[in-house]
Amino acid sequence: MALTEPLHEHHKYCDDLFAGAEAAAAAGDWPAADARLAQFREELENHFHTEETLLFPSFEAATGMIGGPTQVMRLEHAQMRELVEQMERALERREGSGFAGAAETLLILMQQHNLKEENILYPMCDRGLASQAEALGTALQERLKAKCLTSD
Amino acid sequence: MHPNLSFEQAPPISVPFRFFLTAPLFGIAAGVLLAVEGGDMLASRWMPALLAATHFIVAGFMLQAMTGALMQFIPVAAGGNIWRPRWVAGFVHPLSILALLFLVAAFLTQRPPLFFAAGLGFALALGFFVLVAGLALWRTPAKGATIVALRIAVFGLAATLILGVMLTSALAQGSAPVLTLVDIHLAWGLAGWALMLLAGVSYFVVPMFQLTPPYPTWFARSLPFALLAFLLPWSAQLLGVPAAGRQALGLAGLALGAAYALATLWLQSRRRRKLTDTTFLFFRTAMLSLIALFLSALAFASVPGLAETPRAAVWLGMLAIPGVFVSAIMGMLYKIVPFLCWLHLQRLCGLAVLPPTMHEILAEQAMRRQFHLHLATLVCLLAAVWLPLLARPAGLLLAADCAWLGANLIAAVRAFRAFRNRIRAAA
Repeated sequence: MALTEPLHEHHKYCDDLFAGAEAAAAAGDWPAADARLAQFREELENHFHTEETLLFPSFEAATGMIGGPTQVMRLEHAQMRELVEQMERALERREGSGFAGAAETLLILMQQHNLKEENILYPMCDRGLASQAEALGTALQERLKAKCLTSD
Repeated sequence: MHPNLSFEQAPPISVPFRFFLTAPLFGIAAGVLLAVEGGDMLASRWMPALLAATHFIVAGFMLQAMTGALMQFIPVAAGGNIWRPRWVAGFVHPLSILALLFLVAAFLTQRPPLFFAAGLGFALALGFFVLVAGLALWRTPAKGATIVALRIAVFGLAATLILGVMLTSALAQGSAPVLTLVDIHLAWGLAGWALMLLAGVSYFVVPMFQLTPPYPTWFARSLPFALLAFLLPWSAQLLGVPAAGRQALGLAGLALGAAYALATLWLQSRRRRKLTDTTFLFFRTAMLSLIALFLSALAFASVPGLAETPRAAVWLGMLAIPGVFVSAIMGMLYKIVPFLCWLHLQRLCGLAVLPPTMHEILAEQAMRRQFHLHLATLVCLLAAVWLPLLARPAGLLLAADCAWLGANLIAAVRAFRAFRNRIRAAA
């Protein structure tokens, strides 16, 4: 198993949470939307935090590539955090259209971000961090996978 | 291998947008032509006005949208470096429009020099585009089914172009072209270029927009080669190979299209995103048209004499061109244009100011209403094939349909400009 495998799976998990929040808001089920968005935010934050504090620093240390692809990914994380906040503000005001607009934007940004990670950055990590694969893979699994399994 | 994941690879927004914003004009022109000419125009696929209107759509609407999309997609999604994109767009965009205008004028007036000018214009504009796009796709380190499909699609464009130039050369010399050549030209254009590109892009965007599972790898990898396996024997007709299996071969080609459509609908039925947006509706319309295209051809083939009815070919063309490709392109533009506006604004303001969301740039309701008009347009166009009385209203609807698309895209660009100017004024 590739060391980044838990991250791939966690992307899918976050997608599902996103879709649930979006569907609830579209149906005007505000309490459900509140709960699902909160859960989505928590998992997304967990994912970003895991990458930014564990995977990226390890990759940067192993390859010396600082300010390269990981920096771009960090910037996109910041953009996505902004959009999630925009969704939250719209939800607080119970503005369905504002929520949908921010959600639509986040979805595309998030999907193209995930594709870049899954097709480019994660394979680079798998190769560059091969010597620490087991330790890192387990650490990633602990931080991410547990949540996927328990919350389903 | 991929040192750069950044936005810097994206071309300036004007590069794709100049193509996207001119595309609807040619749809309007095709509609106006049908409204002016009326029912006779749809009597046979060889009517000069129908050839003119068809090229307004395929070499205008579709070509503009597809070249613009490739200028954006190759660097951003396929990791390929387009050489001087602004310069390339500045050459290809006006010259391809000029060539199209010559071609349409040539069909309508049947003047040989106009055919010559059209052939020359397309050879220069598209020959250059094929070279630049082909080189970028050849050199990209990225791999996968999308890259393979895009490479073959650009080859398909080159084949369509060469065959088209052969046809215009014959007409420029005042001689009747070989009719078989027309069928080969249109097969390469619709299957080798347009469907190949649509498939390659679908592999990427269908899972992305609706959170569907990915296309099965074996399917995604084999479809482009299966299409080639249809196109090569189809092209062998030109070498005098007996056309005995022609009908069966044609049906096999259309079956491949239907298989792609079924795969797409199947994936979409398993989507995890519950929201039905306008792009999804346009895409589903395109896929259902693609299946209807195959079923129609099958029905025509099984009823003796029906396939030879001149209007039968027009019906198939109506399903393929406005039904499949115009629908798919409209749906794609409604995602690409607002997202690019957002992305460029976001980059401009950094994280300090929030740019408007995609729906604030282009309202969902405006897109949805235009989709309903598009459906009405399709129904009326298809009915007009058999009921000439409906041709003029169908033409007006097509013009209105494309004008509305254009108005929506312009509204998005206005929102983009307004916000950009505010940021610049504040800075």
